[in-house]
Amino acid sequence: MQGPVAVARSPLDQPPARLATEITSITILGGRGKLGDPEPIRRIDLQMGQVISVVGPTGSGKTTLINDLELFADGTTPTGRRILTDGEVPPAEYRDDPSRHPIALITQHTTFLSDLPVREFITTHAQIRQNDASRIQATLAATLVFANELTGEPIPPDSRMTELSGGQARALMIADATIVCETPIVLLDEVENAGIHRTRALELLRAHRKIFIFVTHDPRIALLSDHRIVMQNGSMTHLLETDEQEREVSLRVNQLDDRLASLRDRLRSGQRLTVREVDGWT
Amino acid sequence: MRLAICAGPSTTGKTAVLRHLIADLLQKGTPPAFLKIDVQYAEEDEILAAEFGIPTRKVYSGELCPDHCNVMVLGDALHWARKAGCEVLLVETAGLCLRCSPYVDGGLGIVVLEATSGMNLPRKVGPMLTLADVAVVTKIDRVSQAEREVFRARIQDAAPRVRIREMDALHGIGIAALAGHIETTAETPDKLLLRGNPPVGTCTICVGRKEIGWQSHFGVVRALENATFYRGE
Repeated sequence: MQGPVAVARSPLDQPPARLATEITSITILGGRGKLGDPEPIRRIDLQMGQVISVVGPTGSGKTTLINDLELFADGTTPTGRRILTDGEVPPAEYRDDPSRHPIALITQHTTFLSDLPVREFITTHAQIRQNDASRIQATLAATLVFANELTGEPIPPDSRMTELSGGQARALMIADATIVCETPIVLLDEVENAGIHRTRALELLRAHRKIFIFVTHDPRIALLSDHRIVMQNGSMTHLLETDEQEREVSLRVNQLDDRLASLRDRLRSGQRLTVREVDGWT
Repeated sequence: MRLAICAGPSTTGKTAVLRHLIADLLQKGTPPAFLKIDVQYAEEDEILAAEFGIPTRKVYSGELCPDHCNVMVLGDALHWARKAGCEVLLVETAGLCLRCSPYVDGGLGIVVLEATSGMNLPRKVGPMLTLADVAVVTKIDRVSQAEREVFRARIQDAAPRVRIREMDALHGIGIAALAGHIETTAETPDKLLLRGNPPVGTCTICVGRKEIGWQSHFGVVRALENATFYRGE
């Protein structure tokens, strides 16, 4: 490039940031709601290893909160929120260098557009995320094992990405974000509708020490989380810790949910249902 | 006067990005003028004038390529923007053939690319990307994390010095970083020079030869089995 330069130059010219994987906490500093009113919750600290749900009616600002996190909002987004990592303003490198960005995001609109075979696609991604070429095959294998745990239908490594079912695609996205990305923070925006094993997903995710943030309408996921952030009118209004009673409720919700799931499976496989199946449910 | 030229393929969200940028500049008390260069149809000038009340214009390049047209009119356009009392000129242009770029030395070059256009796009768009200062990536919420990361990495491969700004252009999320680049752009120099070298070529098709086959053409030509070569005087 020639001539005067208008912009501060490459991130490579700057001293290296801390590795993203060393992050141990993120902090959300409250901003304002849709009407410009200060948010009731002024500060939330999320620790590595926690699973958090964001709950609230449609239009209450859940996805906006996720966007703030993903962009490391610095007070300039419409909500005025600020996001800190380890209590400090995150370094600019997190935004500028793809291999350092510490957040993986999966949204309800997210799809795979690539028509590469699964094997090649995951390998391509692993190559840009990981410097150690000798680990790429192991990463590919681990990603597929993880994804297959989440979906009822195993993913053929040689099928094209665009041929995957909704459930397979969603399972692969979660597996990819968890294993290939190596990001310490994973945001999942309403991923529950895609036919994945949610309880198994949460068990598996907990085995990886990360911060998982679910935007969800699903009681099962909400109650399996450590905390839930309640949204209303664009504001974070409550921060609730899942208590003893709710853990009890959670078990019962899982049972109910499993029963519904078994009815769903029977309908899917073309069976008829009788009143006997739901005896004693209400 | 400060100058920012925004290029990118059709429908990537250039206007959506500029709309948020205009709102931000207005809020900071530096109203911009806006020039749209397109081949044969554009209405962004009317839409943005109605929305923000800023001076806007459009130029149809018609027989010229839009980047060629940009070279012709940019000097006049800066004069016009200055007379209209603006301190910033935003130019939106539809760079088309991927062989040159509209950016000038001393101005900010912004390319807008959409994450949904496939992981190989950064390898295909040439100087429109490699000579830009900032690459804005739009529609980031539509593609998988993996594709988004490969897209970003390939931008950095193709253009190691470009700054990448990912944006949700519909909602203006991420605009502040881009607005910061305009603020740090220097005053436009008196003598403006294109940042890149224009492609070499005398286009016999542009001057009206319709016959298929290199044998009917002169200047820089090529055959299927050959690299480009020069034919003629």
